[in-house]
Amino acid sequence: MSDIIVASGLVKRYGEVTALDGLDLRVPEGTVLGLLGPNGAGKTTAVRILTTLLRADEGQATVAGIDVARDPQGVRSRIGLSGQYAAVDEHLTGFENLDMVGRLYGLGRTRSRERARELLERFSLADAGDRPSKTYSGGMRRRLDLAAALVAEPPVLVLDEPTTGLDVRARQEMWDVIQELVSGGSTLLLTTQYLEEADLLADDIIVIDHGRAIAHGTADQLKSQVGGERVELVVQDEGDTRAAFAALATVATSEVQRSGGGKRLSARVDAGQRALADVLHRLQEAGVEVLDIGLRRPTLDDVFLELTGHVAEERDNEADQDRELVGSKEGSR
Amino acid sequence: MTTLTETRRPAAAGRRTTPATVLADSWVIAKRNLIKIKRVPEILVFILISPIMFVLLFAYVFGGAITPADPEAYREFLIAGIFAQTVVFGSTFTGAGLAEDMQKGIIDRFRSLPMSRAAVLIGRTASDVVYNVLTLIIMALTGLLVGWRIRNSMFDALAGFALLLVFAYAFSWVMAYVGLLVPSVEVINNASFIVIMPMTFISNAFVPLESFPTPLRIFAEWNPVSTVTQASRDLFGNNLPMSAPSDAWSLQNPVLYTLIWTVVIVLIFAPLSIARYRRTSA
Ligand SMILES: Nc1ncnc2c1ncn2[C@@H]1O[C@H](COP(=O)(O)OP(=O)(O)O)[C@@H](O)[C@H]1O
Ligand SMILES: [Mg+2]
Repeated sequence: MSDIIVASGLVKRYGEVTALDGLDLRVPEGTVLGLLGPNGAGKTTAVRILTTLLRADEGQATVAGIDVARDPQGVRSRIGLSGQYAAVDEHLTGFENLDMVGRLYGLGRTRSRERARELLERFSLADAGDRPSKTYSGGMRRRLDLAAALVAEPPVLVLDEPTTGLDVRARQEMWDVIQELVSGGSTLLLTTQYLEEADLLADDIIVIDHGRAIAHGTADQLKSQVGGERVELVVQDEGDTRAAFAALATVATSEVQRSGGGKRLSARVDAGQRALADVLHRLQEAGVEVLDIGLRRPTLDDVFLELTGHVAEERDNEADQDRELVGSKEGSR
Repeated sequence: MTTLTETRRPAAAGRRTTPATVLADSWVIAKRNLIKIKRVPEILVFILISPIMFVLLFAYVFGGAITPADPEAYREFLIAGIFAQTVVFGSTFTGAGLAEDMQKGIIDRFRSLPMSRAAVLIGRTASDVVYNVLTLIIMALTGLLVGWRIRNSMFDALAGFALLLVFAYAFSWVMAYVGLLVPSVEVINNASFIVIMPMTFISNAFVPLESFPTPLRIFAEWNPVSTVTQASRDLFGNNLPMSAPSDAWSLQNPVLYTLIWTVVIVLIFAPLSIARYRRTSA
């Protein structure tokens, strides 16, 4: 299978900040690559370079065999982008938004209109299609934005955090839509902050931090590095930490990790349910009161902890915060 | 939901920019901007309140003080100035519209499409001409109500309106550049106020130039807002009867002088704005 997206050694600096620090990636035709990383990792920067919105300081990238720096217009006619913040015109109806995008892809009047109606239907927006998109919910806007990316049936789709900021139901709907695309054989580059999402949607995952790939593999490979299930508990009283630590250590198959000022402990376990019962029993015997205890699946934080020894930190980022504000304002309308 | 089986044929593969696609794309963008007038007609009301207020304030409050002998003639004199001020201020719209599109990420969408790089700006400046046409019509009607009359031929008057629109169009390109440079609607509004307000007040838009102290008068004589005002005032036939015409070349040849400014502004700011748009990122 040939690689539709190939990037090597991408570097992008913003003054002191190195947003991308030599990123390599490949997306074979018909597969989904998940770019997984915390806020500020460089996901959007990578997406912007691959979609010709930004020029890399160093490195090369091709999309469908076309160099993004040398022939950006050629790349643009072969990609569909749904950015991190839904880029729909709030004064236009859903139909008008899609029709406009079709015209700007050069589809012509008739085809653009047909395509707009088709997509509204597919994305469950047919009823809302003739209302200004200002009246849409956050989830509907995201779907409309995704529909806009599909207007010209591009061979490559790029979705930047398609579910960030959506509520549980809207997120599920978005996942359904993306899964149908994936089963239809689209080539997709997807960024996300959620391991769960990458696990569900991506064939292949690259974990990035500080603009660099720190791990690469399938979801299963990554999880086996991190271990399957974890027992996590929070003690009520700081004085009990030592006892709780000991209880957890007897069943743990990894080091016990502490966070939350030492009151939160977690560790990998095998046979989760039995391990949990065991820990509970020992805590009971030691007379330790816990605020919370449970089994959970590994998260991005666990992957990070395992790979880098630190949790995925939220970087202070004014630009991002500003955009976030704009996003939430729009979302609440 | 039906199955989303995407065909692999890229419908837009290899779309290239030609003069025809520049025009087609600009038209799509202009239409998109005009839909906003339809959806948010309040905008038009706001644009019109201040010019109508100006007509009424100047005509009835200051009119008697400025030309006590002939307040009616002053009202006619004033209208061309108000027209000029309003259409020049209309350019703020271009900047604010682009800034808003940047803030909302729409520009990113456009920049990721295989469309002409110039179309977003050509479409925007073109649709803002429509705003100015609408405001001119409404202001002209208000003017007629307060006693303004066209004293020349209809053809001359239309030429006057056309010159106002063409000059404002050039100014739109200046504000387009500012809008891409400073993508904040608030900053654009304040900046344009700070620049355009003195340009319109240190001009012959509201008062005859004889009353100005010399340095200000020289600035005003060569200020293109004065010349576009003078040109349309001449074409409407609305000069004050007792006022001595300025002998500055710019005001002796206001149409030509205004057109020179128009061309120069577009030649400088259109390429600057388009270059800025290509590199811009929100
Ligand atoms: N326009 C910009 N100017 C300055 N710094 C930026 C800009 N865009 C992104 N950055 C910085 O680059 C880093 C990567 O950002 P980004 O690619 O947006 O991360 P992500 O999408 O993974 O959250 C962050 O530290 C961010 O602050
Ligand atoms: Mg991002």
